[in-house]
Amino acid sequence: MSTTEPATTGPATTGPAPVGWPSYERPADGVHPRLATPEYRSTLLRAPRRAPIALPQGLTEITGPLLGAERVTPADADLTTRHPGEPLGERIIVTGRVLDSGGRPVPDTLVEIWQANASGRYAHRVDDHPAPLDPNFDGAGRCMTDSHGRYRFITIKPGAYPWKNHLNAWRPQHIHFSLFGRAFTQRLITQMYFPGDPLFAQDPIFNSVPDPKARERMICAFDLALTEAEWALGYRFDIVLRGPAASVFEADGGHQ
Amino acid sequence: MNRGLTPSQTIGPFLAIGLPWPDGPEVVDPATPGAITITGRVLDGAGEPVPDALVETWQAAPDGSFDHPDDPRGARDRGFRGFGRSATDAAGIYRIVTLRPGALPAPGGGTEAPHLDVTVFARGLLDRVVTRIYFADEEAANAADPVLASVPAQRRGTLIATRPPGGQPGSFRLDIRLQDPQETVFFDV
Repeated sequence: MSTTEPATTGPATTGPAPVGWPSYERPADGVHPRLATPEYRSTLLRAPRRAPIALPQGLTEITGPLLGAERVTPADADLTTRHPGEPLGERIIVTGRVLDSGGRPVPDTLVEIWQANASGRYAHRVDDHPAPLDPNFDGAGRCMTDSHGRYRFITIKPGAYPWKNHLNAWRPQHIHFSLFGRAFTQRLITQMYFPGDPLFAQDPIFNSVPDPKARERMICAFDLALTEAEWALGYRFDIVLRGPAASVFEADGGHQ
Repeated sequence: MNRGLTPSQTIGPFLAIGLPWPDGPEVVDPATPGAITITGRVLDGAGEPVPDALVETWQAAPDGSFDHPDDPRGARDRGFRGFGRSATDAAGIYRIVTLRPGALPAPGGGTEAPHLDVTVFARGLLDRVVTRIYFADEEAANAADPVLASVPAQRRGTLIATRPPGGQPGSFRLDIRLQDPQETVFFDV
């Protein structure tokens, strides 16, 4: 492990975690977007301009809310059966695992999603895109991962939609995902995209992720094995949260 | 590291479809003895309210415990949720009803003053930003807090909730300013 510290580090508070305290790896450069991404105009007045200050991972950071089971029903994972009729659009299954970067599954964690309908319209008062609302689709879902970190939603494929970021700007089809993991450090909100979307090249939000390989990790994979005959296409999307940092113990070769 | 992380993306303007919970802002029932309210505005670089932000808080119980298996002191189930989630309203105001957290042993030695960890998501934020809320009436504890000590003195006030003059007992206020000139201190965790 490198012993160099970034210039923003404060007084000597960023040493190794005390024995017995978990600690979480810092994300590699290029994985998360730069907050100041001027191509995405809403960042101009909202992205902080000062460098963040390094926060040692203390008890508040290595713990986090372990909740959700009491507020989720099995019906919440199926966005197509919650209304009197069926929503319009292409029925899809979206499933995968929530893992940490060490490959360990994250069980019993709340997954929340929200999305536009098949026409590219959100069931939200500030969406003025002139595409039809669907009375049989509200676009919100939630579930808990199982003991292997697996989750599964049934929904419809969201439509692309225009926005006013730049001339003729369109968002690629996407589903928003919110994840907790088991620690405050692992909290993540992201967007899942679909393979081969021709709108990627002009989308500043998708392209805000500097590392092209990391960008690809936001794209789900079509999977015929998940597809259910005569009923719904299947897509696989695994989500990877921050995992334990390499400990001094491991770096030293592993003798206790 | 075996697997690359999934990148963050903005919460966007339509978070209200999926994320607010009816009881989200109420970490405890407001009728709970000792309940406090922390409220404030989320403001952009022009000083305008941010009406589409989501403010989340995570904190210890009043005795400094966490009901969590990774707390090396042992998990203690006090029935305290510890987690708050408040979407901002049209005026950019968030509101969290909770109990005052206890002090905590700091990872580098010493004691962390009572605090809440805060995440802010919003349209225009491509990744979450993380800050903390401390309490102005914990002067001695704040003075000994190693995290506050790592913050330039002239910026510490952006992390410290105050009692508004003439406000209700147990009422605290702290605005979150996303940009200059009085930008809130944000942390890299």
